Order: sequence, then structure tokens, then C-alpha cells
Amino acid sequence: MTRKPLYCLVTVLVLAALVIGAIGCSSETSGGVLKPEGRLRVATTTSLYDTGLWGYLEPKFEKQYDVELDVLSGGTGLALEWGRRGDVDVLTVHSKADELKFIADGYAAERVWFACNYFLIVGPEDDPAGIKGMSPEEAFKTLYDGGEGKFVSRGDNSGTHSKEKAIWKAAGYADYAALTEAGIAAGWYLEAGRGMGDTLVMARELGAYTLTDIGTFLAFQSDLQLVPIVESGSILLNVYSVLVCAKSTKQEMANNLVTFLTSPEVQDLIADYGVADYGQSPFTSCAGQDEPTS
Amino acid sequence: MTELWDGLVQALHLIVTFDDEVVDIAWRSLRVSAASTVLAALICIPLGGLISFRSFRGKRLLINVIQTFYSVPTVCVGLFVFLMLSRAGPLGGLGLLFTPSAMVVGQALLITPIMLGLTISALSSVDKNIRDTTLSLGASERQAIWAIIKEARFAISAAIVLGFGRAISEVGVAMMVGGNIRGFTQILTTAIADEANQGNVELALALGVILLAIALVVTLGVNLVQQRR
Repeated sequence: MTRKPLYCLVTVLVLAALVIGAIGCSSETSGGVLKPEGRLRVATTTSLYDTGLWGYLEPKFEKQYDVELDVLSGGTGLALEWGRRGDVDVLTVHSKADELKFIADGYAAERVWFACNYFLIVGPEDDPAGIKGMSPEEAFKTLYDGGEGKFVSRGDNSGTHSKEKAIWKAAGYADYAALTEAGIAAGWYLEAGRGMGDTLVMARELGAYTLTDIGTFLAFQSDLQLVPIVESGSILLNVYSVLVCAKSTKQEMANNLVTFLTSPEVQDLIADYGVADYGQSPFTSCAGQDEPTS
Repeated sequence: MTELWDGLVQALHLIVTFDDEVVDIAWRSLRVSAASTVLAALICIPLGGLISFRSFRGKRLLINVIQTFYSVPTVCVGLFVFLMLSRAGPLGGLGLLFTPSAMVVGQALLITPIMLGLTISALSSVDKNIRDTTLSLGASERQAIWAIIKEARFAISAAIVLGFGRAISEVGVAMMVGGNIRGFTQILTTAIADEANQGNVELALALGVILLAIALVVTLGVNLVQQRR
């Protein structure tokens, strides 16, 4: 009934909140940078993250430039959206058409390619649609016409999804929306709406085909009963580039990251990355050369 | 089934060996969720006291609205907080997006309805005589509310435990406004999603076991405090 306990309780709660909040702020910044403003944020496509490449390069960059690097993993579509909103400083993505539009809209000045590899169509070993060894365009046509075999699409506006649309277009299906609608209705086309890893697992569970980048496929291969079905064709080339967001307030440090990724030392690290784990490197270095073309 | 067993074994191994990164992630999870629970409690207990004590037009409607928000999807709260805190949003100037503070705000917002609603029902179930007696003895409104809160303290602490449980187990808000940045905003739930995405199923399961272990310790702690009184 006295007023004392009320004040005691409030004081204790406020103190607790402050202490917890203070711990939350101080120990998170043991890297030496006190404010979130002092951190460089890079948004990356999932494949560069899920293969562990960013986890491998991050500490090296932080050490070399004495900065905290925050790596945010999302599909290329999400990464570009973060860039447009000004929430990240640098993007590492892989969808040329989307990148060019991003630049044309004034959100970045240029795209610098620093790694490449290729996409492949993977599927169950018994290859129900009989598309093994075909060109990617023929394989997609057969999937569309044949009615044998399901296809799981990323369906998330990622770089891989953009590539899938490009292959459909090259195969003669210009109206992608109509294609997916018909495919979903017929039951052979499925949209995962998830990252590459989840999509591969979904394809495994459903005994379906999917389009994947070689990096994520290598990283997951041991858990998947999926095998490469179509892996040659110029349209399957995959180029990763780095873009500095125009809205970033940390242009200098952001440019340091571009310099870092394209430096000869890091290019060697990228080319050698993963050989021990996967038997081959998921990435090829390509900075400073002509843009890899199909 | 071997995956489940391996996950359990790995969880024990990670706990026993005090794996640095796992301890770091678990500690951050606990801190963020504890901070958001305290923040939400600071809002809910006084506000719940007022709503339950006073009678006003639309009180029933207000309680219905609060109860509806029990089921607000975590990703919707995440999206809302993201849009608020993004550089392009109204609070973008604070630079809070993709920091632990943003996760605290988001989780507090997520659990406020459930804690507020349960506080109100806890206070409503207190004997009306207590309110009338305190008032007739000359207590102010604030003193009367405090007396009722003290009567209902067990039910209120249950509301707090439930709020904490929802905060520490949610992934939508933490992923969207925290961004799952390793060593900065990665917490147990986002790490579980992340490891599962990368095919590390055993580690993901192990982190889940650790999360449950934290929940167990917190629940036991609260029960211990209750029994003592």
C-alpha cells in the first residue's frame, strides 16, 4: 500500500533495462568500432555466403583495413532492394541485367566482376525426363513438352532465378508468367521462394530437377541424391560482380572492398577456395580480365 | 534418425566444451530477448494496470484488438520495423537497422500485445474487494493499481515468462531487422535457419537444443523466485 515498492520495482526494471542495453551495445563492438556507423555492410547473394567464401574472406578484409565488416546474406533481389534503400554499402551479386538496371537508375556507378563459375541443371540420377546431355534450352523445352519430371524454381527474384528466366526465354518461351502459371496448374513446375540450399533439398525430396550454381551444389552435394544432368552450354555462365552503392556514406571504405576483392592475392584465394573440401574450387577468378562472356 | 541423435550429441559437446562462437550466439540471444522482455514489461504492467482499473468506452473493443495481435505473424512485425528503421524510412536517421537494438525494439513490439493482454486478464481476476478496500482507505489510483498488481504477481510473471518465450524463439523479426550478421546480430534462431540453409543439420539441431536449455534455466529461475515468496 505504501508508495515505496512501486518506485523500487520501477527503478529495478529501468536499471535492468539500462544494464542489459549497455552490455548489448558495448560488447558487440569489441572490434574497436563503437557505432554502427563505423561498420561496413555488404549484402551478398546466398551462393557466396552458403559456400563459406565470405566467411573465409571477411576476417582477412577486417584485419587488412581495421574495420568491422557485416555480411548480410540474401538473394540478389533482396540485396539490390537493400542497396536502393541505402541500408547497405556494397553488393556482391550475380545478375547482369538487374545490375545494369541498378546502375542506370543511379544507385551505383559501375559493376566490377571478380569471380565466375557456371550454373547447372541437377536432378535425380534416373533422369525421368531423359534430358541428360542436352543443351540447357533443349532440356527446358523437353521439361515443358514432355510432362515427365518436375522442376523446382527458386521463384525469389534471385540471380539464379533471373538466369532461369533467361534460359526459358532462349528456349522460346518469352512469356514467363504464363509459363509458370500453366506449369504450376499442371503440377510439374514448383516455386520454392527460398534460398539455393533449401531449393536443392526440396528438389531432392520431390525427385525434381532444379537450376543451381555450382558452388552451392558442391557445398551440398554430400547430402543430396541429385546429380548434374546438364552442365554445358554458354548460357550457363555465372558472373559475380561487386557494386558500391551510391547512397553509401562510406564510399572510401566501400571502394577498399572492391580493391580487396580484385587484388591479385585475393583473386588467388578465390580461385583456390574450397579445393580441399569439394575437390574443385566453386569459383574462378576473373578480375581485371575482359568480362567473361558466353 | 541418425541426424537427430548426432544433433543431440553435438549439442552436448558444444555445451560441455563451451564453444566460443556458440556461447557468443547464445549469450546474445539471451540478452536481446531479455532486454526486449524488460522493455515490453515496462510498457505492459503500468498500461495493463490502467486499462484494467479504469472503465471507459471501447474498453472491450480495445481488449479484443490487443488479443487479435496475439497472432500477429513475426515476419509482419519484422517488415514493419524494417520499413520504419530503413534509411529510406521515417526513423532511418537513427541508423538502427541491422543492429541488436533494432532486434530488441522489434521483439518488444512483437510480445507487447500478449504480455499486455495477459496482464489485463491477470488483474481482472483479482478480487474486486481489494480495489474497493484500498480506495476506501484513501489510496490514490496509483496505489490501488499497485496493490492489485501485487496480488496478481504470479499471473503477471507467467505473462512475462510467456513473452520471453515468444521473444527468444522467434526468427522473423530477428532475421529481417537484424540481418543475421555473424558476430553482431546472429542469434540462436537465425543461426539455426542459417546453418540448416547451409546443410549443417546437426549443428542446427544442436543450437535448438541449446535454446531449449536456456528456456529451461529461465523458467526454473522464475519458478524458484515464485516459490520463495
